[in-house]
Amino acid sequence: MDDPFNAYITQWSFSGAGTGPLAGRTVAVKDNISTAGCATSCGSRILAGYVPPYDAHAVALVKAAGAAINGKTNMDEFGMGTTTENSAYGPTLNPRDVSRVPGGSSGGSAAAVAGGLADLALGTDTGGSVRCPAAFCGIVGLKPTYGRVSRYGLIAYANSLETIGPMGRTVRDVSDLLRVIARPDSRDTTMQGRPYEHDPVADPKGKRIGVPAEFFGAGVDPRVAETVRKAVETLAACGAEVVSVSMPSMRYALAAYYVTCTSEASSNLARYDGVRYGPGGETAKSWHDAFTAVRSGNFGDEVRRRILLGTFALSAGYYGKYYGKAQTARANVGADFARLFADVDVLAGPTMPVVAPRLGELADPLAMYLADILTVPANLAGVPAISVPCGTVDDLPVGLQLTGRPFEDETVIDIAAAYEEAVA
Amino acid sequence: MVDESEVRRVAGLADIRIPDDELPTFTARFNQILEYFDVLDTLESDGGAGRTLHTVLREDEPCPSLPREAVLDNAPADEDGFVRAPRVM
Repeated sequence: MDDPFNAYITQWSFSGAGTGPLAGRTVAVKDNISTAGCATSCGSRILAGYVPPYDAHAVALVKAAGAAINGKTNMDEFGMGTTTENSAYGPTLNPRDVSRVPGGSSGGSAAAVAGGLADLALGTDTGGSVRCPAAFCGIVGLKPTYGRVSRYGLIAYANSLETIGPMGRTVRDVSDLLRVIARPDSRDTTMQGRPYEHDPVADPKGKRIGVPAEFFGAGVDPRVAETVRKAVETLAACGAEVVSVSMPSMRYALAAYYVTCTSEASSNLARYDGVRYGPGGETAKSWHDAFTAVRSGNFGDEVRRRILLGTFALSAGYYGKYYGKAQTARANVGADFARLFADVDVLAGPTMPVVAPRLGELADPLAMYLADILTVPANLAGVPAISVPCGTVDDLPVGLQLTGRPFEDETVIDIAAAYEEAVA
Repeated sequence: MVDESEVRRVAGLADIRIPDDELPTFTARFNQILEYFDVLDTLESDGGAGRTLHTVLREDEPCPSLPREAVLDNAPADEDGFVRAPRVM
């Protein structure tokens, strides 16, 4: 298969069974989701040559549903990035404009779908990694409720935040893939046993949509804000009731997210020591020298940065200042959502504050982190959120983000479907 | 603010080496991010009282797992059915 966008790290031809709900459809799988017999690198040199001996639960379900799988998609190393430029296998290009990034970290999955190389894709979302590339590439992407899709076989970066999520060209495509992968699995102890059996109902009548002022605040491109406000008006014209609301916990959300995810990463990525998988095997050196050689030579810049930030945040004397405060801020985000969802069915705002940046434009790490401000709250609270295309700025796609109550993925899908139908 | 020697110390804890020529830029960016994290200092902490974290562990019941050969296939070095690891002492 010709891959003009560098969407894939490894091409694969797993043929579908020909029967089942996904028969005849091609699915691309992000390279941090385990595939038995097919190399899985997480976009990192430290897993070069690693071939998982088992399938992730979501992959086993996609196979059983009759789909073909055509490869493992490019990503920011271990999911750490917002552009897919932090990959050991080179950047992925945005099919809508190849001088732009596709977003990240599931940029390969988004580019595969947007570029017509796959019908559907599995991504993963720790702080926006499904929704950001969906928005930048003009497709639909869902971060399901935490505990709805098994993380068994998802190679961990920040366990308390991350989920596997479906991506497709339409809301119905995303719903079809969610129906296949949202199945109970006792091997992920955070699963809640809430299968998704829904068909989208494109009718927003009587639904209440909250629009938090903070989702349109500083840093949001005014043209993106205007495009999203028009999309919300479209839903109002279809019968939804729109109310202005406030979410003060947003002030601390991004810092809380980055302290939490880097702390979890420093623990999760301690396993890469060159003993059980990946490059290594240097047994003549002492323990720390051997580990340090493998880790220093094979982790990229952003991964080293996040491991060190997390190690620092958890170290003696700093725990209360960083991790402790971050957990308070995280609880406040959850409390804000609970308060708002007592009154409204979904919250609406832009998925990303800007349209897709040029390659190299977000080279400064803090500037890249700031782009995640609108997507991280859903991960901190574990609630579902979808990005659906809602127009363009400078010919580049803008995403409308709809966030819902825990285990009401059905509602965000229905309202996204209503928007999609209204503008079709 | 942390200085280069503190960054080097933290890197040592994580078994990662930051080459000397990268250390100034790495430290500057590290501090830029820590400065952003300082927003958390203005947050009134409840000391964790508002959270109800608890771990519920199920009984540990052995069940079928991966065959040993399948696991060792990915190990860079193995011997007699075990992975070979660097010496500890």
